Amino acid sequence: MTDTILAITTLWLFVFFYSILGTMDFGAGFWSFLYFNKEKTKVTNVANRYLSPTWEVTNTFIVLLVISLYALFPGAAYTLGTVLLIPGSLILLLLAIRSAFLVFSHIATKYSKVLTYISGITGIIIPALLISVLPISHGNYVEGEKGKEVLNLSALFTSPHEYAFVGFGVFSTLFLSALLLSDYSKESNEVEAFKIYRKNAMITGPISLVFAILVMWTMKSEAPWLFENMMEHSSMLLLSVLFFVIGGIGLYLPYFSKRDVKGMPRLAVIAIVIQYFIASFAYGRAHLPYIVYPIVTLENSFTDPATFRAVFIVIIICSAILLPGFYLFWRLFMKDKRYLSQQKQESKK
Amino acid sequence: MDDLVIARSLFGTTMGFHIIFATLGVGLPLMMIIAELMYQKTKDYHYVIMAKRWTKTFAILLGVGIPTGTIAGTQLSLLWPGFMEVIGKVMVLPFQIEIYAFFLEALFMSIYVYAAERLPPWARTLSLVLVAFGAMASAVLISNVHSFEGTPAGFKMENGVISDVHPWVAFFNPSFIVTAIHVVLTAYTTGAFVIAAVAAFKMLRIGPKNKDYLFHKKALKICVITGGIFALFTALNGHVVTQKLHEYQPEKLAAAEGLFETQDHAPLSLLGFTDRETQEVKYGIEIPWALSFLSGNSFDTEVIGLNDFPEEEWPPLFVHTLFNLMVITGGMLIVLALFIYLWNFRRKRELPKWLLVIVVLSGPLAMMAIESGWIFACTGRQPWTIYRILSTADSATTSTNLGPLFASFAVVYAILGIAVVSVLLYYFKRNTVQDDIYRAEQKGLPLYGSNS
Ligand code: HDD
Ligand code: HEM
Ligand code: HEM
Repeated sequence: MTDTILAITTLWLFVFFYSILGTMDFGAGFWSFLYFNKEKTKVTNVANRYLSPTWEVTNTFIVLLVISLYALFPGAAYTLGTVLLIPGSLILLLLAIRSAFLVFSHIATKYSKVLTYISGITGIIIPALLISVLPISHGNYVEGEKGKEVLNLSALFTSPHEYAFVGFGVFSTLFLSALLLSDYSKESNEVEAFKIYRKNAMITGPISLVFAILVMWTMKSEAPWLFENMMEHSSMLLLSVLFFVIGGIGLYLPYFSKRDVKGMPRLAVIAIVIQYFIASFAYGRAHLPYIVYPIVTLENSFTDPATFRAVFIVIIICSAILLPGFYLFWRLFMKDKRYLSQQKQESKK
Repeated sequence: MDDLVIARSLFGTTMGFHIIFATLGVGLPLMMIIAELMYQKTKDYHYVIMAKRWTKTFAILLGVGIPTGTIAGTQLSLLWPGFMEVIGKVMVLPFQIEIYAFFLEALFMSIYVYAAERLPPWARTLSLVLVAFGAMASAVLISNVHSFEGTPAGFKMENGVISDVHPWVAFFNPSFIVTAIHVVLTAYTTGAFVIAAVAAFKMLRIGPKNKDYLFHKKALKICVITGGIFALFTALNGHVVTQKLHEYQPEKLAAAEGLFETQDHAPLSLLGFTDRETQEVKYGIEIPWALSFLSGNSFDTEVIGLNDFPEEEWPPLFVHTLFNLMVITGGMLIVLALFIYLWNFRRKRELPKWLLVIVVLSGPLAMMAIESGWIFACTGRQPWTIYRILSTADSATTSTNLGPLFASFAVVYAILGIAVVSVLLYYFKRNTVQDDIYRAEQKGLPLYGSNS
């Protein structure tokens, strides 16, 4: 593997991690907003319990992405930084409001209504903006010579390609988070919440598939180079669809258990994450060697080799050091029965 | 206004806002640890309640500190793509390591806040130490990038082409260690005095007969001692930071002191305003020979004046005032702490009202010193982003019409600022010290359980 491939693979892995964590985070915010008024369901509580400890870690992943981009491909960071000034700033503003009010709503219960609205609505808009980076990187909407690039916003927002991506991003967010929360509520013995989230996953899943098809459809005319590259690896796309089907089986298949609930959310979560992994790998591979088509390539934006080596070593060592911390975190919030079943205490208060 | 000025103002506003929360984010965990340790030592409930209440404050401040920090990091590449392209090739290690410091802080902060009752005491203290370490490390690492801007090292740049890169040499650039120490010491000082100010404010409000008075007095004591000690270290280390300026960025020191002519036995001027026309500091106080001595530990040290540099490369002259604000505040904090120590700890006399009023002022003053220190450090580096290598104009984005962006960010910062203050007030009005004492006495009710 060459250094540039190693670098882009690392970056892609980070993007993938973030997109999974981020969708779950944003989606959980939305669900907790949607079910806020239904006092008797514990649906909001489940979402909040997941969200409270995780948002900060998820947020750090955004920073990780930005930093790793300019560590590994400073040339691309230059172009993207210039082009993304407006959408990037919009994301930042919404993110700031959202994170702040998410924290505040847990502390000042009086405000929690307004605050839940804010975090719920931004939880939908932010993924829509974030995913817009992908169609932008396909190049059609970037004008001007290197060093003075500008984004043609009106071209972007009149393109069906963009909207296909936005729909895909939003529904994937809802789908993945509903799936995860159904698993999470099952783990916490919240039968009612489990049923609702499972139902939501069953609805949003197929819709996100439809949007994925629309993305490919519009790509054919808007970014033919990418479309052709992806079709060269169509076996991967088929594999990804296969995992989608497995995920569907996990959701729909009657599952006999003592609590009379249907579905195997754990299987579905794993299958769907694998599905996204394969699909985004296929997309990423087809995108190469371009980062922003056609001006920025891996080669012309790569960092200094000495810096690359140092950065790469740091990533490996620091990740290894921090792994136990992540493990402990997972144990405490995703597995520990005492945390998951905090219900009684909470309702007493 | 031209776009470069707007870009600078926007970034400066972001940083000026972030730094308030970032400084407290470094300073508060230290005080939380001290309170936890005091509790382990004395078994006095009050200390554990302090730790809890400060943790709560810290968690609320994180709600602004983290998003504004995220903005800062991203804005660097949105507004200064030229700068970040160079940083990406040469000086990205601190950013990359900092991410892990953030992770450390984020993971253990969540564990400390949301899992406190499920942890044994030693594990709770350990989480707290890791949070404090993570926050301190992020401050050190970001200061590293800042020190690199002033004293770049580890690469060559000719006609915009970078070569001969040694990332670790850049990392350990000449002013890294002293700058990082300065930033951490000042954050500890400021954190301590800000809490002391709140305690003093409460003491003034409720008066000595109230049953909470003693609680706040204990808090004030540990904060003033801690703050005083760190203020003393700050001054000693600030002296070394100034010597680094003398060595590496002489025009910045000259502007800070309003010194135009190169001379030995140079005077130190306090207060006053630098006048460009007459080339002197007006209405100031001059301490003869002191600047030479401070810069090189000898009165014979030659200090370079502004006239030795082309005028287009002079930093703005108002940095003199910023530098003064920082240094004078630092001195005052030391005197204040020492005075309280002698008055109350030695002579055992009650703290009078006027003294409490001064303590109330010390918190905002320390924060102002942080702000002026940073604005001095960043503005005093003008016209460069990387000293003598990359100019600010070449760093900036080529996008135009930044005005609306500046306005939107300003509005959002205003909203966040108002919201964070109201949430703090709301929370602490609803959860008084008495409530916490009651909870602590009722063993069954978890003290930290009221957190979520
Ligand atoms: C409570 C805050 C505080 C206090 C009391 C002081 N400082 Fe400071 N100073 C800072 C807070 C600060 C800072 C905000 O943290 C800065 C900004 C950039 C940096 O590295 O630290 C800084 C920068 C800074 C610089 C500029 C470094 C550069 O441009 O790279 C100098 C020369 C000093 N300080 C010197 C002093 C001296 C001689 C002090 C005497 C007591 C002092 N500071 C007290
Ligand atoms: C957190 C405290 C900080 C504050 C309050 C602050 C303040 C400012 C201000 C006011 C400016 C505008 C300067 C001018 O135009 O005159 C500025 C510029 C800048 N600062 Fe800082 N700064 C801080 C920390 C940092 C750090 C840690 C870095 C290093 C990453 C940094 C990098 C820059 C850069 C790259 C610019 C833009 C170019 C320039 O004007 O020099 N700043 N900052
Ligand atoms: C000396 C000045 C600075 C200090 C002491 C500092 C310290 C901190 C601390 C302690 C945090 C954690 C949140 C909190 O406790 O409030 C934080 C967050 C953050 N800071 Fe700063 N910071 C400084 C300047 C900067 C600058 C210049 C940048 C941008 C390059 C930056 C980027 C960030 C980011 C991205 C976060 C969010 C981290 C996360 O997502 O967890 N900081 N900063």
